[in-house]
Amino acid sequence: MIEVKDVHFTYPTGVEALKGVSLNIRNGEFVAIMGQNGAGKTTLVKQFNGLLKPTKGEVLVDDVSTRNMSIAQLARKIGFVFQNPDHQLFSETVEEEIAFALRNFGFKEHTLKRRLTWALNLLELTEYRKTSPFMLSGGERKRVALASVLAWNPKVVILDEPTIGQDHRQKEILRQFIVQMNAQGKTVVIVTHDVEFVAECSPRVVLMAQGQIVADGDAKRILTDSNIALRASIVPPQITQIFLGLTDLGLPTDIIDVSEASKVLLEYLEGGKH
Amino acid sequence: MAIIETKNLTYTYPGATKPSIRDVSLTIEKGEFVILTGPSGCGKTTLCRCFNGLIPHFYAGQIEGELTVTGLKVIEHPIYEMAQRVGLVFQNPENQLFALSVEKDVAFGLENLGVRRDEMRKRVDWALQMTGIEELRERAPHELSGGQQQRVAIASVLAMQPDIMVFDEPTSFLDPLGAQKIFEVINDLNKKLGVTVILVEHRLDLASKYADHVVIMDDGKIALNGKPSEIFNSETARLIGVGIPKATLLWQLLQENRIKLEGAPTNSEEATRLLREVLKT
Amino acid sequence: MSVFEGFRFRHVSSPIHRRDPRVKFLYVLAMFIAAVMFNELPVLLVLFLLQIPFVLVAGVQRQWLRSLRGAMFLATFLFVFNLIFGYLSPGTIPGGVSPLEYAFAMALRFLVLVESFSVFFLTTSPDHLSLALEQSHVPYEFTFAFTTAVRFVPVLAEEAQTIMDAQKARGLELEKGNFMKRIRNYIPILIPLIVSAIRRSLELAEAMESRGWGASKKRTNLYVLKMKIGDFMLIIISIILLVTAIYVRYFVPLPTLTMLLPK
Repeated sequence: MIEVKDVHFTYPTGVEALKGVSLNIRNGEFVAIMGQNGAGKTTLVKQFNGLLKPTKGEVLVDDVSTRNMSIAQLARKIGFVFQNPDHQLFSETVEEEIAFALRNFGFKEHTLKRRLTWALNLLELTEYRKTSPFMLSGGERKRVALASVLAWNPKVVILDEPTIGQDHRQKEILRQFIVQMNAQGKTVVIVTHDVEFVAECSPRVVLMAQGQIVADGDAKRILTDSNIALRASIVPPQITQIFLGLTDLGLPTDIIDVSEASKVLLEYLEGGKH
Repeated sequence: MAIIETKNLTYTYPGATKPSIRDVSLTIEKGEFVILTGPSGCGKTTLCRCFNGLIPHFYAGQIEGELTVTGLKVIEHPIYEMAQRVGLVFQNPENQLFALSVEKDVAFGLENLGVRRDEMRKRVDWALQMTGIEELRERAPHELSGGQQQRVAIASVLAMQPDIMVFDEPTSFLDPLGAQKIFEVINDLNKKLGVTVILVEHRLDLASKYADHVVIMDDGKIALNGKPSEIFNSETARLIGVGIPKATLLWQLLQENRIKLEGAPTNSEEATRLLREVLKT
Repeated sequence: MSVFEGFRFRHVSSPIHRRDPRVKFLYVLAMFIAAVMFNELPVLLVLFLLQIPFVLVAGVQRQWLRSLRGAMFLATFLFVFNLIFGYLSPGTIPGGVSPLEYAFAMALRFLVLVESFSVFFLTTSPDHLSLALEQSHVPYEFTFAFTTAVRFVPVLAEEAQTIMDAQKARGLELEKGNFMKRIRNYIPILIPLIVSAIRRSLELAEAMESRGWGASKKRTNLYVLKMKIGDFMLIIISIILLVTAIYVRYFVPLPTLTMLLPK
């Protein structure tokens, strides 16, 4: 669905943000693009919906180069939820806000209304339909931003640092929502540095450092590899850290989940009794 | 000796229908490292703003109850007086830096206080050193990373030499490594300089190892108040929905399976140590 | 934006950069007064050429030329304007010179004024300038507003770009539509920008208060501007310039091109 072919990207300021990145994302995948701040994650995903075009190399969406498509055309297929909802909200009512993109994409009034109501329901915003988005709390504004992107039903949804500023419960709700979206067939790409969040979702992880991809594969494998973690300057999940300190006792190190950890430890203790 | 004491503190923002904090009674001792946490909207940000006088002086609104900080009744003293005893570091690093160079920003508070130039110079150099950003002194704030900016913010507050420093979600915009560095700086301030620290955080897995006192708020009230291991282990904490450190969750799971365990770790080092003892038997 | 290019500061150092901004401003003021006193083309030409040594010593030729290019537009407009009115009512031209010469003179005077200010801004960093303002007993509120504004220019520029990206990602096409539609297209960009600016101001105010804003009537300063030999030299140059100008104006009959040219 999205093919990144040896992409290099340098900002007009001279900063080389992507130094030869190649990647394939298939329909229906759930991918987490991870790495330190400044590794190039956001620069990479902005290539997907055409906000940035490669200085060298190519990005193909459904086999068409992004160079041959306008941002609006790409946006129709690839929805992008920005980190700060306040960078998007401008309408008088939540309804207007969600309808904005639908109007831009030329939806007919009848379909527009249907999609609008659907999006409001999905994100539990129906009671705020006629409310000004500026009157809502931070978490509610994030939901409006998300609703306004899902309304036009893009095939791919990119979420840029969705967990920033969220409390535990909000993250849990978000996690379930993302998993549900993916289960319903949407390709979901999240850009995040939140290792614990990724450990709980266990998607495919693409780990970046200094403009290049240093690892691509199963979350479990990548987050528990201390060499990779060092290269990309990421902190392994707390559970993994515990086990990394117990390797001399013969315990496995590829654990990222609390229940699995408990199971392994119990088995070890049972085994020790023999 | 209690450095902060509140009794039945209740505050309503102007135009709000209900109070943001209700009946908050809290005692914080000198030199403590307190973590203040709770779900969004629980009132922790509001409480922070009470400590240095932004509430009630900047925000107006209705305040009831008692609030004494470093022996002063906050209601009776203007913000600029409280600012010399209580420093406040905010969430967004960008919006706390006004000057065109790091040095000038760190000096800002001292300039406001009318401190003499030679004394100012000494304090600025000291603050830059304590936060490990001496080599950044001539740089412009916009050129710095989020973590560096936040350290500048901390240095500018530190330069005023407050007895208490309050940090309102200072690592929200930073990646885990950047967050760790900030926590280490904050910890140094507490352990080496004796500054009383109040840290508002969601990322308990990274921060809880430094704290000796945890306060959890929910819906404007204090729900839990005590030692980290007790608090995070409690059922109430789980029900409120705070991000209990995974190490503690693991401990709880093991205990449910009738494994006899000592202590209650909140971070990976502690957990590894305790596990080792259990597994060796 | 090329006029503004010439006004932007670069991180360089030169004898001119190091001069006290207050003294530099004095020089610019002297140049200003001198230029305003004369309508005669030869004199204005001399004043214009007087700038060049300063530009060269400061090493800011490229930016200065760029600002000159930018100012050319208005200068040409002034030239044409004065030319037309000069021919329509030749009797009103001061000094009795030909309308052509007068029009050139007015355009050149404009350039002298603009370019002397350009040299000032090109060789004075914003913090240097704000320091000068503070020490000139300008109320601190104004200096602070100025410095903070300059400090946030790059931040707001970046934010504007982010907002544009966010809205484009929702299908907003800025270039589409007739004139009215294109103006309306900018609403989804302006509103978030303004709301964000307001939120930012609130956070800044909180931070200011928390760092003791208003604690003392007498604010001190980390840095202090000290006048050096170069500054005194510049002051003397400015005074000489002004005195010479006044003398020439009142006591020296000035040649104009009209007079010099054969009839």
